Amino acid sequence: MSILITSIIFGLILSFLALGVFISFRVFDFPDITVEGSFTTGAALTALLIVRGCDPLLSCLVSFAGGMAAGALTGIIHTRFRINPLLSGILVMTALYSVNLHVMGRSNLPMPGAVTLFSGLEKVSQQLFGQGSKVVLLGWSVDARDLVILAALVVLVLLTGLVLRWFFRTNLGTAMRATGDNDQMIRALGVNTKLMIVFGIAFANGFVALSGSLMAQFQGFADVQMGIGMMVWGLASVIIGQVVVGQTTVGYVIIGAVLGSVLFRLLVAIALRLGMNPNDLKIITAAFVFIALILPGLLKRRKSFWRSKKYA
Amino acid sequence: MLKVNNIQKTFNPGTVHQVRALQGFSLTLEQGSFVCVLGSNGSGKSTLLNAIAGTFPVDQGTISLDGTDITGWPEHKRARYMGRVFQNPLSGTAPNMTISENISLALRRGKPRGLGPGISRGKKEEYRQMVRPLNMDLEERLDNPIGKLSGGQRQALTLLMASALQPKLLLLDEHTAALDPRTAARVTEITQMIITRDFLTTLMVTHSMQQAVHMGDRLIMMHQGRVAYDFKGEDKKRLKVNDLLALFDDLRRKDAIDPGVAVYLSNNYV
Repeated sequence: MSILITSIIFGLILSFLALGVFISFRVFDFPDITVEGSFTTGAALTALLIVRGCDPLLSCLVSFAGGMAAGALTGIIHTRFRINPLLSGILVMTALYSVNLHVMGRSNLPMPGAVTLFSGLEKVSQQLFGQGSKVVLLGWSVDARDLVILAALVVLVLLTGLVLRWFFRTNLGTAMRATGDNDQMIRALGVNTKLMIVFGIAFANGFVALSGSLMAQFQGFADVQMGIGMMVWGLASVIIGQVVVGQTTVGYVIIGAVLGSVLFRLLVAIALRLGMNPNDLKIITAAFVFIALILPGLLKRRKSFWRSKKYA
Repeated sequence: MLKVNNIQKTFNPGTVHQVRALQGFSLTLEQGSFVCVLGSNGSGKSTLLNAIAGTFPVDQGTISLDGTDITGWPEHKRARYMGRVFQNPLSGTAPNMTISENISLALRRGKPRGLGPGISRGKKEEYRQMVRPLNMDLEERLDNPIGKLSGGQRQALTLLMASALQPKLLLLDEHTAALDPRTAARVTEITQMIITRDFLTTLMVTHSMQQAVHMGDRLIMMHQGRVAYDFKGEDKKRLKVNDLLALFDDLRRKDAIDPGVAVYLSNNYV
């Protein structure tokens, strides 16, 4: 049971990553690989600040800002110098590797016994339920600490989701969605699409860095390698979410991204438990995303194939 | 109103693909006039429209609107004063967004876009009123994604959106060329209806001589990136399709003569 809860916690932490990928990939149709660097940047900034005794909440905000700066840079490289989106992301991601090493001062920065958001939540749980106590949930005995963390994350994700849903339905947010849908049209309606892209990719990476920040705090360390594969991870979450929710309105797609992130983490946890070699994790994730990407097209072709046979 | 002064545009300069699309084009539009631009393929009519809309900077010359020089303005800034409909019916609307959302985007053309709600219940009624004159049964489909509509419906909506805020200038780029004849006729009708209703100053590129003869109060025929013929007032009203065909033939014959010889002949015999 505790494995299940931990998986859900990881899934919720990574759902901020999924929301970031949703913004860049779904809203702006921008395959933004900056994610792999900005996730680590978020973690590195948080680890550095927390080790120095900074407030964990403030560290999260600084990480968010750091991610935004990285995203803005990718956006500017793309819009200003007309470099293809993927290449712009690769340039920034590569540069961030060095930046992250400089921020941390070494490749792995642990935060033993430091005050993090999660140690704070642990204290809350001690006050509510007493130290190391168990709570019975649906017949299972669960660590009270995990439950409090889970609840806090659910609230945080819910709030973020609501704010995003609200934002993407405002005039500005609608213009951003139109930028990804038909940039020629929205330019003819007076929107500076370059500015929209820079802002959008910046916010996307802000959320990704926040995800990295939370991850570092939960694991108790930041590692320069922790961003590797995050882009595909985020894509997998968004795609699974889309399949599960099956709706295309903004609110549903946001719910989908969060659900997808949790479900994907659970799937991985189950696969690992069934004896999958952890080294195979990335290749299976990649294969999974590949299949998810081609499946709708294949299904459609099959359908029209049967239809053409029927009416032949 | 609109003053286009001696603009030039060459694509791919200095390469084998060099195209001199506009070669010193000048035009002055009066307030409220409706001008049809006719020309053979490659005469520069679409380039002219894109130059005015700011899709690319011109190499030379100036463009001004109501006395303001807009030559250096980026496309999105010019959009404040211009509504546009493209040749491709898919270009003017965002396919994955609903009809309501598309209209709401158009109703903020050139205005600041802040954190106010994009669409609300009250606005929906307004949108319903807007699409009703199209007679396309779109009133009950406001929440459907535009991608599900036909090309004709999308083009009619684009027209509605482009003219929504009474732009100073309406630019139509062969907007019925990609539609089937029936739909094209319907969209042409709607075009005429909107332009007369709102007294919009309009520049319409077309390759349909019927359209050019029957619509507008002025007709410009372009050739090699310049104005070849310009008909206004009574002259425009008298024009028939046959006259235009004859003019096209003239231009074609002139093209067949070597430019040097042409100068010689015209100096000596014309």
